[in-house]
Amino acid sequence: MYEGVSFLPLTWPDMLYMAPELFLAAVFLLLVVADLLLPQKVSRLSIGWMTVAGLLGAAGFVVYRLIDLQGSGREVGQVIELLGASYVVDQFANLLKLVFLAGTALVALMALGSVKQDKDITDRAELFYLLLPAAIGAMIMASSGNLVTLYIGLELLSITSYVLVALRRRSSKSAEAAFKYVVIGGISSAFILFGMSYLYGLTGSVDLGDFRTALPEVMTSYPALMYAGFFFLIAGFAIKIAAAPFHAWAPDVYQGAPTPVSAFLAVVSKGAALAAVLRILYNSAFFISGGGGGGVKPVGNDVYLALLVLAAAAMLAGTTAALRQRQMKRLLALSGVANAGYLLVPIGLNFTTVHSSNVSEFIFYLIVYLLMTIGAFAVLTVISQAAGHEELKGFSGLYYRAPWTSAAMVVFILSLAGLPVSGGFFAKLFILMGAASAKAYWLVAIMVISSVISYYFYFAIVRQMFMRSSSEEESEIRVSAPTGIVIWLCAGATVALGLMPGLLMDWIQAIFTIRGDLLIGLG
Amino acid sequence: MNILSDWPILSIILATPLAGLLVVLLLPSRRNRWLHAAAIITTLIPLLLSCLLYSDFVNLQGVSGYEEQATWVEVPLNKETLEGVTSYKFIIQYAVGIDGLSLPLVILTALVTAMAAFASIHVKKRWKAFYAWFLLLEAGMLGVFLARDLFLFFISFELTIIAMYFLIGIWGYFNRERAANQFLIYNGIGSAVLLIAFIILVNTAGFRIEQSGNVLDFIYSGNYADLAKNMTDPTAWVNLTSEAMGGLNPFHMGDAMQWTLFVLLMVGFGIKLPIFPFHTWMLKVHTEAPPSIVMIHSGVLLKMGAYGMIRFGIYLFPEQAKAWAVVLAVLGLVNLLYGALIAFRQKDLKQVLAYSSISHMGIFLLGLAAFNEIGLQGAVFQLVSHGLISALLFLLVGSFYERTKTTELPLLGGLARSMPFMSGMLLAGGLAALGLPGLSGFIGELLSLLGLFESHPWLAGLALLGIILTAAYVLRSVLKVTFGPMDEQYAAAKDARLVEAVPMIVLLAVIILLGCYPSMLTDTLHYSYETLIHPILATRAGG
Repeated sequence: MYEGVSFLPLTWPDMLYMAPELFLAAVFLLLVVADLLLPQKVSRLSIGWMTVAGLLGAAGFVVYRLIDLQGSGREVGQVIELLGASYVVDQFANLLKLVFLAGTALVALMALGSVKQDKDITDRAELFYLLLPAAIGAMIMASSGNLVTLYIGLELLSITSYVLVALRRRSSKSAEAAFKYVVIGGISSAFILFGMSYLYGLTGSVDLGDFRTALPEVMTSYPALMYAGFFFLIAGFAIKIAAAPFHAWAPDVYQGAPTPVSAFLAVVSKGAALAAVLRILYNSAFFISGGGGGGVKPVGNDVYLALLVLAAAAMLAGTTAALRQRQMKRLLALSGVANAGYLLVPIGLNFTTVHSSNVSEFIFYLIVYLLMTIGAFAVLTVISQAAGHEELKGFSGLYYRAPWTSAAMVVFILSLAGLPVSGGFFAKLFILMGAASAKAYWLVAIMVISSVISYYFYFAIVRQMFMRSSSEEESEIRVSAPTGIVIWLCAGATVALGLMPGLLMDWIQAIFTIRGDLLIGLG
Repeated sequence: MNILSDWPILSIILATPLAGLLVVLLLPSRRNRWLHAAAIITTLIPLLLSCLLYSDFVNLQGVSGYEEQATWVEVPLNKETLEGVTSYKFIIQYAVGIDGLSLPLVILTALVTAMAAFASIHVKKRWKAFYAWFLLLEAGMLGVFLARDLFLFFISFELTIIAMYFLIGIWGYFNRERAANQFLIYNGIGSAVLLIAFIILVNTAGFRIEQSGNVLDFIYSGNYADLAKNMTDPTAWVNLTSEAMGGLNPFHMGDAMQWTLFVLLMVGFGIKLPIFPFHTWMLKVHTEAPPSIVMIHSGVLLKMGAYGMIRFGIYLFPEQAKAWAVVLAVLGLVNLLYGALIAFRQKDLKQVLAYSSISHMGIFLLGLAAFNEIGLQGAVFQLVSHGLISALLFLLVGSFYERTKTTELPLLGGLARSMPFMSGMLLAGGLAALGLPGLSGFIGELLSLLGLFESHPWLAGLALLGIILTAAYVLRSVLKVTFGPMDEQYAAAKDARLVEAVPMIVLLAVIILLGCYPSMLTDTLHYSYETLIHPILATRAGG
């Protein structure tokens, strides 16, 4: 037996707490078998609908757990920790699981609306049911209380994603994308494991809860090893997050993958990696930074600074690279790089006395990002079906051919550009406020400047939609019902968050506490 | 029952264009006349209400202006790191208010927009969308002048940019997309600079602690009144140094930060105004945007920059503004002379007027730089006056263009013969622009320069040169258009239709009215300077 790693059996109450994950796993197995047994003439779309139902069911379990935790009137530190604190069910995990499940459900709906048009996809059912293990992986990452669990979640998510990217079997682009993703993803996993090994070597434990006490003890003796551990860890996750300079794979992979899978990578995969970084750092680096108390301890501060530099690089690189981009999926990939930068800001800003709302800012932005990105991808599926390609000029004259869809697209663009009245405006505003109250003015400036640069390419889409006439015959574009539902749910929620952002922030703040829901084993 | 005191009159003014927008969206899109009528009626209501407010405002001098407030967004912040704090939050208020500075600009907005709505007959396609964006633009402009919360102000400011982008890009002339893009990027940079300044302001001057009994509230607020109060209150957190607090005060705004904020605000609003090196975007807009939108752009939108400079730059940072008065004066002088000189060389009537706008905004800066009451009155008078005059002139240019299909000065001439009414109007507008006594332009220039003579006589002397140049370029272009030999192709051109003539007459009437009774405007302004600038100057600049 390795030191610090103990194996405990899974008990029945434990399984109850893991109900969302186990339920999804059961649905997944059921659907795999169903796909094999169902006769060919039964439409595989029914599997898609069952996938959506399964995701919503799992979300129901999460909501139950969330309300149960909130209503139990528990004391701070009374966190549900399973299997020797390797699996944690707290509100941070619950909130993120809800986000991931909602995101995956929207992606599945989008796939339902667009899978028929994509002739390159040979096995439609796989596109649906493979989303389930990927979602489970993301959920495990959000809930993991030790590095091994985290790695298992990460690999489950990653390996399923590799398959999902390769699903357009008749397209060489898809194969190319999948191969690139496998290689880069492998490198990323290697980096993460390598970083983890250093942390384990320094502390003798893989439990996040142990880092809090173990890291400060060894910090003065082995600072170099600690830097190496954290920086490899961050670099590995930065690849998953697609933060510059680790983002070069994203445009290629997004372009080759089926559009719903691109959306999944942009939202759920990225969100899960960000959540993991957030959880790890606040259980480790935080306690060897100035924020942990007990004098200035530089290693943690430098780790946080590295994240902020990464964020700044992602924002600037993402927006400037997108300026000349005319391929819509690549453009959205680069927009995702810039957004990864924004999302990294609240994580990279340490908790300070006057500013500790990082997590609610992060979750708010993640929700808004989910809505606008999935919405934009959904509109893109409609456009690419009508135009036969995914170039920017496919949007030309959209106003004449689908006025309502173009109105929804304007909402997404305003939100992506951070303009009012949209959720994106407030999401950026809250992060900016946080950065300013943490006195990171240079970051405020970079965030605002990169937003302005982004106007240029976001509004290029508006220009195509409203100011150019369509080159093709001006027939109306039909939007399939599931895609329509996705577009309008996302657009409606984006506008609602632009008018009433306080409600969501209120809710997050009401159920989340740092000590109870982010840190592990702090009683 | 008194409408003004019992109804939330400011909110009604602000909500009318939005309600009109809904009506426009519900009307059938092919009915141009209905849509046009709906837009006109919608824009007349804020005009009527703001005039009512004006009548009441003059009567009620000495009582504070109107204010309406409600909490819009209340964001709870994590307070686990702060012990004993009941609540820690960031509040965005729906706070609207009016005082002697914003009232004239609200009326100007309502008036110019209503007249532009009349003049929108040039719109030949997609009427419904046009009027929808048009009304959204009005709501944004009114919001800018009414807002008493930094973020409400900022959101309104951004709304005008979005609406303008569509209005220029879809309904403009040949190079409309380029113009719209340039507009978006320049104004985007301007508003980005503002946003940085606002966020830092809220995080320093916007912070306050409310304590009553055991309840301890930490609040960030963007409310303008709170900010102004905190800035002037020596016991507010923003003014207490860290040493005075016995350690750390993250809300203290040091000298360097004050200067940074002041410069950021001046640059942000300066791009909008526009101040000399940042003016290229507005030339494109003036050339490419459709006539009624240029009326609004030149008449109102440029004034938003000026208003912001006074409201946020001068009022919140009077010390810095005073120290920078010479810089402002020099910038103003550059604007004035550069604009006038280039206007003299332009061959296109639109370009002449665009540069004339730059030149006239120079006079505004000069009045501002005088940093005394009369200069500031002149500056604001100049804003209103130039708003009216440029709206009139651009309306005329648009109407001429429709008939002649060109605005090139060498190709025009003798139009007074076929279009005597419009030519007369052009002459009157030109005379107002060059500052003929009896018209509003004169008062604005006179007061501004009078103020400047008091503080910087040499610069004022140089500014007179600009006045002479103005006369030269205005007369050159106006006379070229109206008199001289007429091209035969213009002989059949018809004079103004009623929908065009009404806004021309109304605008000119107001220009004459203000020229003859300047106290109509200066009285309300006087009242506001009394209450706003004097206490600030007394406490912060040391009297």
